[in-house]
Amino acid sequence: MLSYLLRKLLLGVPVLFGVTIIVFAIAHAMPGDAVLAMITAEAPSSEELIAMRRGELGLDQPLYIQYLNWIGQILHGNLGRSFVNGRSVAAIIGERLPMTLELMGVALLAAFVIGTTLGVISALRQYRLTDYSLTLGGFVGVSIPDFFMGLLLVYVFALELRWLPSSGISTAGESFSLADNLRHLVLPAAALALFRAAIFMRYARAGMLEVLNQSYMRTARAKGLKPSTIVLRHGLRNALIPLVTVFGLALPTLFGGSVVIETIFQWPGIGLMFIDAVVNRDSPVIMGYVLITAIIVMLANLATDLAYSVLDPRVSYD
Amino acid sequence: MMHADTLARDKVEAAGQGPLLDVQGLSVAFGPEGRAVYAVNDVSFQLAEGESLAIVGESGSGKSVTMQTLMGLIRKPPGRVTSGRALFRGRDLLAMPDSELRQIRGRDIAMIFQDPMSSLNPVLTIGLQLTEALREHQGLSEREAERQALDMLDLVGIANAAQRMQAFPHQFSGGQLQRIGIAMALVCKPSILIADEPTTALDVTIQAQIVELVARLQKELGMAIIWISHDLSLVAGFVERVAVMYAGSIVETAPVERLFAAPTHPYTIGLLNSIPSLTAANTRLVPIKGAPPNVTLAPTFCAFASRCDHAVARCREAKPVLEPVVSGHAAACWRWRELQGFPRAPGSVMATAQASGAAPNEPLLTVSGLKVHFPIRRGVLRRQVGAVRAVDGVSFEVLRGETLALVGESGCGKSTTGRAVLGLERPSEGEILFEGRDYAEATAERLKERRRDMQMVFQNPFGSLNPRMTVGRIIGEGLRAQKIGTRASREARVSDLLALVGLREAMRDRYPFELSGGQRQRVGIARALAGSPKFIIADEPISALDVSIQAQIVNLLDDLKARLGLTYLFIGHDLSMIRYLSDRVAVMYLGRIVETGTTASVFGTPLHPYTRALLSAIPVPDPKAGGTRRRIVLGGGVPDPSKPPSGCHFHPRCPRASKICAQVAPEPRDFGSSASGQHLVTCHHAGEV
Repeated sequence: MLSYLLRKLLLGVPVLFGVTIIVFAIAHAMPGDAVLAMITAEAPSSEELIAMRRGELGLDQPLYIQYLNWIGQILHGNLGRSFVNGRSVAAIIGERLPMTLELMGVALLAAFVIGTTLGVISALRQYRLTDYSLTLGGFVGVSIPDFFMGLLLVYVFALELRWLPSSGISTAGESFSLADNLRHLVLPAAALALFRAAIFMRYARAGMLEVLNQSYMRTARAKGLKPSTIVLRHGLRNALIPLVTVFGLALPTLFGGSVVIETIFQWPGIGLMFIDAVVNRDSPVIMGYVLITAIIVMLANLATDLAYSVLDPRVSYD
Repeated sequence: MMHADTLARDKVEAAGQGPLLDVQGLSVAFGPEGRAVYAVNDVSFQLAEGESLAIVGESGSGKSVTMQTLMGLIRKPPGRVTSGRALFRGRDLLAMPDSELRQIRGRDIAMIFQDPMSSLNPVLTIGLQLTEALREHQGLSEREAERQALDMLDLVGIANAAQRMQAFPHQFSGGQLQRIGIAMALVCKPSILIADEPTTALDVTIQAQIVELVARLQKELGMAIIWISHDLSLVAGFVERVAVMYAGSIVETAPVERLFAAPTHPYTIGLLNSIPSLTAANTRLVPIKGAPPNVTLAPTFCAFASRCDHAVARCREAKPVLEPVVSGHAAACWRWRELQGFPRAPGSVMATAQASGAAPNEPLLTVSGLKVHFPIRRGVLRRQVGAVRAVDGVSFEVLRGETLALVGESGCGKSTTGRAVLGLERPSEGEILFEGRDYAEATAERLKERRRDMQMVFQNPFGSLNPRMTVGRIIGEGLRAQKIGTRASREARVSDLLALVGLREAMRDRYPFELSGGQRQRVGIARALAGSPKFIIADEPISALDVSIQAQIVNLLDDLKARLGLTYLFIGHDLSMIRYLSDRVAVMYLGRIVETGTTASVFGTPLHPYTRALLSAIPVPDPKAGGTRRRIVLGGGVPDPSKPPSGCHFHPRCPRASKICAQVAPEPRDFGSSASGQHLVTCHHAGEV
């Protein structure tokens, strides 16, 4: 098991190296650069001023030198400094990442619990009204994109019903409290969770239906166990095994989703930071963001593998 | 250890001296009216306390559905009980609500299932799975339940039971798992045990162990048994009464000796005829003609009529009911009285002229010193730490025009050997000469060439045909791939092949799911024959088929061999079938061949202890043989091929093993004579008396 982990982590090194090349190439293939972005935002400046700013940021050097400088920094644990405000990229990410993890964590957990429960219920009521309604609901759920769901929720719950705040992480002017923070969290988390809950539901339903046909379920019934014991003890755990894969796959798309949702709800996480950085052509921040998300996704995949071996005793890594 | 008398359930309340279980007119259908499948039709039988009853029938005969209906295990919908009662100690199982039936299920009536690998929950420890029924039905504490479960594991012969309670099902072998499944069924000491083909998924030596175990436990615990099986010879040895089912109805029921001595229903007679015998002199099987019954027709006629040699108009118009032949023996046939005078086996038992044309002495295939090892890799750098020695030094010859059978239990390496010969597996060592050319190191291009001459028929006719291709395309695919002939000539060839394997031209545009198992295997054979190969490797081609169909396919393979001058390498585990179709036999155990010789000498005078045990484990279709025949039941299972025992691989299970067997691997020695041909035996003690 340990050697499996070690091998996976070692394999991650070349993958991350590949990621740095792609990220760097994309950041520098964007039209314009940080200096031009600043100029259009402020006043027109002379050619010398532009050249001077570029010199300060190192943008006048050949691309491969810029890349090697950046890689050199990363190997020293330094993600560089923002072109816009000169702050350390690591520090910016460090203060914003917890916000994003809160949003994503709550969304993913809610999606998983709701989706799995409804999926199991749907499977147990196969071809009855409950099943058809849930399946229809799931179909609607996967058909509405994140951003539209976000706007819809804002319109209904913030603008019309006025039950919940529409943006930010806390009410301006009040001191920070967890209850207030959670009230702000409900809508963006729901916007992210509903789509994923629908997906989990589909897979949980399919997984449970398959498990219900297995002969060990027949054995459990032949023992005269209670229906609830049969479903929960014998069925659910087996049905969860394929869901682990879906869970692992949901994580990368959640990063994509959170960029959009954080923008709509002005949630100050790394997604919002990323959008700002793209607008400002702040390439150190862009590259830092992609690198961090790549690492998180890789670690999540590793955690998925481990979850398998916990749920399924037949799986062992060596 | 518990004693039998404390285990035996107190047989109080034998309610009114009636039978323990009384099933009356049970009918079960699946699906909506109009498109229904009539799975069980008017089935009645009784079971007394402590009695053992076998229900025998082929797939689709309704034997399992009948039992699962009694247990409330069929899904409703689509299943429907359309009529009948099932009285257990006077209470109707079919009328009570599920919550009440649940109290009986597992406590009074328990069940063991066909495939022990899939019928235990893979993610729960066997300890939990053993104790949960006790805790549910008897409200025992965890410790008390565990104690009783341990006793039961002891009783079924699981060593180190205490340590193994925390183990998961995948950590046991199939035979051990079935023992655990039996322990699981018996923990609450039921009064009826329903065994639904519990040995079908197991090897023949393990099957012998399980049958012995269940028969012993029945005596010790005094319970009644209903043993469901497709194999008449298996149940012959240990049950008291047999009911034969066909198309959802019981067609004949009798005490076991009576059924084998005086079978009355034509189907029972046909089944007995299609069972291969280890001793009979005939070399040709007598199959039941036609295909399994169509159960989507309402049961208003005799379902066997279309396959029956004696059917008359009346059989197709009205369904016969069970009538007593003598006391305790009943048959459901309109004509049983008239048929009493007919000879049992129809005249076709003539020995076919054994393809005696070209004297088979020139080897077509020579395999020498073949090893196929699969590496086991571990650690960060994936270093090889060992190997699964699937095939570990195998040598044999297949002569032109003969059939060599490679037999052994699962995991012995017989299929891997076949795959290596075909080039689907790369040999680690050794030579494979086909028509004098070595193909062990051949390139993909040359292997492809060889596949024109060498084809394979696969075991599972359900999985090995592409479900999205028509029969015509499946058969013609090899021709297209090898670019043989023009489109028109390929079409003509497919028609010829269909006729050759006994399929109608209309089958060409069907898809595999529309065919029966036997028809599918015929398609598989036609596909193998498409490129006119010289050599066919048949990997267990009949083991997935029903008994009455197996005989048809064996006969077909035999005919094709004579007509087309083929040579076969037949891989199988069913020794009695192999006796009918092979010229020579090679017995494999754990990657090595232990005995090779002509079929007559290996079956007549087996010399290796393993061959002897294999032969003695085969059930004989004769209830009286059970007592007189000495059966050698091997202990344990086949060892792990990555850590084979030292010396002779068989020594840990061998009744004759001595010191030398653990140290030195024996070399093959020839015990044959000029009359009996070469008879190689790889055993230190062969030939000793």
